[in-house]
Amino acid sequence: MTPNDSLPRSLLQRRHFLALGGAFAGSLGVAGLFPAWARSGTPGIVHASTDSGVLTGNSIALQIGASHFSTGGRSGHAVTVNGTLPAPLLRLREGETVRIAVTNRLKEQTSIHWHGLLVPFHMDGVPGVSFPGIDPGETFVYEFPLTHSGTFWYHSHSGMQEAEGLFGPIVIDPAGADPITCDREHVLVLSDWSPIHPHEQMRRLKMMGGYFNRQRQTLAGLLAGKDQSLADRLAWGKMRMDATDISDVTGSTYSFLVNGHGNAENWTGLFAPGEKVRLRVINASSMTNFNFRIPGLPLTVVAADGNPVQPVETDEVQIAIAETYDVIVQPGAAESYGVIAEAIDRSGLVRATLAQRPGLVGETPKLRERPVLTMRDMGMDMSGMDMGEGGVIDLSKPANSSMSGHSMSMRDPSVAPGVRMGPGVATLSPMPVDRLADRPTGLESVDHRVLTYADLRSRDPNPDPRVPSRQVDVHLTSNMERYMWSMDGEAMSENPSPIPFRLGERVRVNLINDTMMPHPIHIHGHFFELVSGEPGNRARKHTVNVLPGGKVSFDLTADAEGDWAFHCHMLLHMHAGMMRVVTVRKEAEA
Amino acid sequence: MARLLPVLTSLLLATSPLAAQGQETGSPPPQADEHAGMDHGSMDHSQMDMSGMDLSAPGMKGMDHSAHAMPASTVSDEPGNAPPPPVPVDFPAQRFFAPYRMAASRAAMVKEMTFKTFALQVDQLEFRTGKGGDGFGWEGQAWYGGDIDRIVLASEGEGTFGERAERIELGAYWRHALDPWFNLQLGMRQDFRPDPQRTYALVGIEGLAPYWFELQGQLLVSNKGDIHARGKAGYTQRITQSLVVEPEAEVDFAFQDVPALNVGAGFERLELGARLRYERNRSLAPYVGVNWERKLGGTAELARRAGEGVSGVSAVFGVRAML
Repeated sequence: MTPNDSLPRSLLQRRHFLALGGAFAGSLGVAGLFPAWARSGTPGIVHASTDSGVLTGNSIALQIGASHFSTGGRSGHAVTVNGTLPAPLLRLREGETVRIAVTNRLKEQTSIHWHGLLVPFHMDGVPGVSFPGIDPGETFVYEFPLTHSGTFWYHSHSGMQEAEGLFGPIVIDPAGADPITCDREHVLVLSDWSPIHPHEQMRRLKMMGGYFNRQRQTLAGLLAGKDQSLADRLAWGKMRMDATDISDVTGSTYSFLVNGHGNAENWTGLFAPGEKVRLRVINASSMTNFNFRIPGLPLTVVAADGNPVQPVETDEVQIAIAETYDVIVQPGAAESYGVIAEAIDRSGLVRATLAQRPGLVGETPKLRERPVLTMRDMGMDMSGMDMGEGGVIDLSKPANSSMSGHSMSMRDPSVAPGVRMGPGVATLSPMPVDRLADRPTGLESVDHRVLTYADLRSRDPNPDPRVPSRQVDVHLTSNMERYMWSMDGEAMSENPSPIPFRLGERVRVNLINDTMMPHPIHIHGHFFELVSGEPGNRARKHTVNVLPGGKVSFDLTADAEGDWAFHCHMLLHMHAGMMRVVTVRKEAEA
Repeated sequence: MARLLPVLTSLLLATSPLAAQGQETGSPPPQADEHAGMDHGSMDHSQMDMSGMDLSAPGMKGMDHSAHAMPASTVSDEPGNAPPPPVPVDFPAQRFFAPYRMAASRAAMVKEMTFKTFALQVDQLEFRTGKGGDGFGWEGQAWYGGDIDRIVLASEGEGTFGERAERIELGAYWRHALDPWFNLQLGMRQDFRPDPQRTYALVGIEGLAPYWFELQGQLLVSNKGDIHARGKAGYTQRITQSLVVEPEAEVDFAFQDVPALNVGAGFERLELGARLRYERNRSLAPYVGVNWERKLGGTAELARRAGEGVSGVSAVFGVRAML
């Protein structure tokens, strides 16, 4: 019952293109590592057939093993599911119960977390929080009901296996007909791939916070009039803050991939002119937020994090790590379109192609200029300060006079009483502002439409209309120079107390970003509503990107009993400590 | 109220660019305005020249919402202030899995997330050539540990080919992070050269000062009771992404005469250098530079009397490594 099945025209094309697609991928000699839905030249995703790489039904078996992966001249060790990167697509149906047997063929522990699926907590797959993990040689059987539909994904929550390739997409079809109609759909799993093991990446970052940043400000740049002015550089230098610290691990070691394909491999998804094509875009990167666009095609966003939103048309979406967006595009007469996922620090991009036939290469735009952070990213924007072109602050102008006398300190503990101060907290945002309506980092001044969180309105009314009975502040804290990351100044390795919720209570969580980097914060087992715009149809998400120096509030109904992980989805940040356990207990028990 | 109006007006003006930005993308202005942070104690109202505000406008909840979402559509969904529940100390997963397995996996997670590693950083390993002949110099450290505490082995030295090395120092110390930028050093330093050898107890501070200056100050007390100090400063200037110049200064100070080491009280020695490296690859970067060294004060006087030179300048060629 996919939209494809209802269209005989597409069906015919599908058969035709499947054959072609197979031949094309085969010619690259890499077909073995890609499931068919992720192969270049695919006509789109369909229900399972023997070798489609789509797994479906109520009983699924996944084998996790060691592999080797190469792309764009880089190669290295990989951890894969059933031998493919990305892992097989799980296409399941709402209302059913699925049993997934995961066998560990590695020499180390592993796990799978169903990202965005509401499952009982002991099926959530986080070793040390929800279950003991899957030992080498062991098979763990996950079993859970599918209570909602949409685009999700799955990944390892052990070590840093996700960065080594252990991630794959999940599509849950609605129990009834899908109100989001289309003629064809493609799944686009965005990822970053480095031959440097994530532990080694971490070690290098601990030696030098800017190890992978090859786009820092330079003397040559200053003389050429680029980036910050001398006065700004001095002001930032005084605070020991780097305005070019956009991403930690960059294109200097990453190849960026769409469905496991780099630029050279040019993943291609097929369309017929005039079709409504639904793209299910998943950012499964370990450390890369992407700017996603298809030059020449407007994107109509119809779902975010699996939840339908009121359709909103835009030209570019910044998709943070762990987010998913469903967009509808209607390709016109052009034979091919470039699908562009650009790392937000502009250290690289990956281009895939939407084409009428295999063998075409979509246009690849040039990388745009690397963004430079502003005072607003320090949580220091006073609105009254003069914002120049592109949001660059002119420090020579005085702040709004009504603000004079306000502490401009970047580390005044009184602004964050809940934060444990120490070497791991370099800065505290003195005046964090709600940035949900802000264009995200680097897209402030592009000359086309850009999606902001404030644009997202839920299609369906929010299920819980209650006003939260209380609120919790959570500070996202770091010291970039030491490469330390934490929540409220405490790293996960210090065994902080869990954040407690009463079962059924509605709580507002205020995430305050005291760092200069965006953090995609994910809570397991729950959706939350972003506090933006009128209540009632606020966007429901499982991951929200908190812009630098900014603040995001979300309302959460703690309706899932148990212990849940709550963390930054930048894998190295989580690993370094930006994580907590959230525990939901019955009142009497708590 | 009269006092309030100008403040409100200026705020409205101030926030309007943002509202415009929201409209540009076809969305209504955000209701949760950018001043929402002010509600939660992140901003001290009393310092804002708005002291009259909270008192005279009881319905305004500070200035949140009212100042920005101008139309009357403002929705009051301000959360209540119910107390948080107590923090439980048990583990729900143990209802489903053996407690010993859960305990092991919790321990494994903490261990996995506890960063401890080994690193080798060679700042200088170089060939020196100058009037006084050709020689060599090095400076580097190896460390093991985490973010807060590390064990460091640090070494530096120099010499002229064909002669006994002038300085060979090996330090071992505990490095403890004091604040975001500075570390304490506590340990020992063994000087194998000059003769006679000395063992020092070492206490120092190192770190990153405003404007990105790297600083280090050490106080050293030898096994013979003499006291010395060493100061270092360096700065990294990127010319391009790969071309980096690093000027450095190092100065030694003696609190007393140490005749055995030919050291006079006061400043002993000053070393200035500048190295231009090609850092295409961070793990191994070749450099060229210049190094100037001068004995100072009483120490220089002693050297002159012994017929030795007191200063020397050399061109240096070397590699910097980060492994």
